[in-house]
Amino acid sequence: MEVPILKQGHFLIASIQSALSDADLSQLREALIARVGKFRARGVIVDVTALDVMDSFAVRTLRDIAHMARLRGAETVIVGIQPEVAFAMVQLGLTLKGIATALDLEEGLAFLDLQGQGRIDKRQGHGRIDRG
Amino acid sequence: MGASTVGDDLRCLIAADTDVVQARQAGRELAAELGFSAGDQTVVAAAISEIARNILMYAKRGEVRFTKVLDGPHTGLIVVAEDDGPGIRDVSRALQDGYSTSGGLGLGLPGARRLMDEFEVVSAPGQGTKITMRKWKRGNA
Amino acid sequence: MVKKDVPQPEQDPQASTESTQALLRELVAHLRQNRTQLREEWARRITRAQLLTAMTEEEIFAEATSVYDNYVEALETGTFEALQAYARNLSERIIPRGVETHEVVGIVLLLRDVLARSLFAKYHEDFNKLNRILDAYEPAANRIANTVAVGFVQERERIIRQQQEAIRELSTPVLQVRERLLILPIIGVIDPQRNRQLTEQLLRAIRTNRAKVVVIDITGVAAMDSNVANQLVQTVEASRLLGATVIVTGLSPEIAQTLVTIGVDLSEMATVGDLQGGIEEAERLLGYKVIPYAEATQQA
Repeated sequence: MEVPILKQGHFLIASIQSALSDADLSQLREALIARVGKFRARGVIVDVTALDVMDSFAVRTLRDIAHMARLRGAETVIVGIQPEVAFAMVQLGLTLKGIATALDLEEGLAFLDLQGQGRIDKRQGHGRIDRG
Repeated sequence: MGASTVGDDLRCLIAADTDVVQARQAGRELAAELGFSAGDQTVVAAAISEIARNILMYAKRGEVRFTKVLDGPHTGLIVVAEDDGPGIRDVSRALQDGYSTSGGLGLGLPGARRLMDEFEVVSAPGQGTKITMRKWKRGNA
Repeated sequence: MVKKDVPQPEQDPQASTESTQALLRELVAHLRQNRTQLREEWARRITRAQLLTAMTEEEIFAEATSVYDNYVEALETGTFEALQAYARNLSERIIPRGVETHEVVGIVLLLRDVLARSLFAKYHEDFNKLNRILDAYEPAANRIANTVAVGFVQERERIIRQQQEAIRELSTPVLQVRERLLILPIIGVIDPQRNRQLTEQLLRAIRTNRAKVVVIDITGVAAMDSNVANQLVQTVEASRLLGATVIVTGLSPEIAQTLVTIGVDLSEMATVGDLQGGIEEAERLLGYKVIPYAEATQQA
């Protein structure tokens, strides 16, 4: 099942529509990395609203995507994690540390916009408190 | 591959990528039928996903069986994952957090164990692996 | 009973099953034929035994009719799913009326007695037949009584659990103070179950209110064991997955110590001394600036 990837300005948006098998996830990763390079994207949004489960493979894949995108100069935001999915993830011990997350597509785009304007420290994710 | 019903049991053959998805969705549906909360349905599905993927990765082929337990206040789901694969040499170590043979996040056993209420592993090199896990419906104290 | 030497051993139980079926059919026919008077007799006994006092006579009669019909049907079909469903349905209706377990068990047993008596009356001339009819009737009648009683008790337990859940939800409100800002004040003792429920509630609230900052105030929490502390850390992490930043306020030195002991890097967790400070910090993050009224009117 191929995941549709849209281009919006300098951003790529991958909208997952239904449950994905491991092979589908790997395919998504390859497709995104290729496009980030091709379009010199500055941001990537992966919308996981439709995923009702996020297990270790899914998390690993998202981490790979974020890592590889960053190497090519693009920031990744994962959006749409469902409350029950987030709950199960933390119990499984899976985190997306170091990767930005947002509630939905709208928030994800807002984050990338603000970031593009230099208002957020990239490495710390959004809304981080200055403890200095 | 297919799923069949034998009495209260549902069997899912695990031989391909898509079977992992099917098994976890089947588990979720059964949990929903039993009246598990949405959160617990997801937890059950995640645990099944980890275990089923292990079967595929290490044994190439195996089976996941579900049994509903409907005993008044004692309501829950039993999931048994079995394969004839290479087996696990050191089960207690495999159950430890952070242990991994293939790099990355490891066998997923400690994670699945954290998610379920009861968790047993029977495995030895050359003897395959059988994992039995149970999750009970909450609010049954 | 003369045991015949038959070629297939299965035939014997088969034969007795068939005759049991025939007897049950005869029994059911009798119960249907005498429906009116048996039902009335039953309703009379219920009133005499002072059961179902919470209901009026008309209501008792109406329910008695349904129970009677379902009873006979269960006897006829030998299946109990319909009866189970009816029992739960009935329980759902009468529990809020204050009907208690002993009443429900009582009326089902009374019906059993009324029907048994009528069988005695009908077959008293043929002792053998009476015995065979009772052999067919008793196990079925007992199972019915069991099914109804258990159904009632389970429904009661379900309602109690529901109420407990509602009470728990009410006692831990998630407050929306400003747009995109939620406050979760936790008071009292937290056990793992309540913690789980809090987390689920908070995550749902983050989604519904599109919160970007959550202030979890634990000023009112005296102590926390490492399990609960772990769950708190999980709550913070899960909230972040939904795009919300969490500020924990009211951290006592003891609890801070517990967190450090379980390996939490406190420099990773945003903490502020008290709730007021936490809210101010949250507002700052959200881009609000609260100015005193006097200042505001001066500027206007």
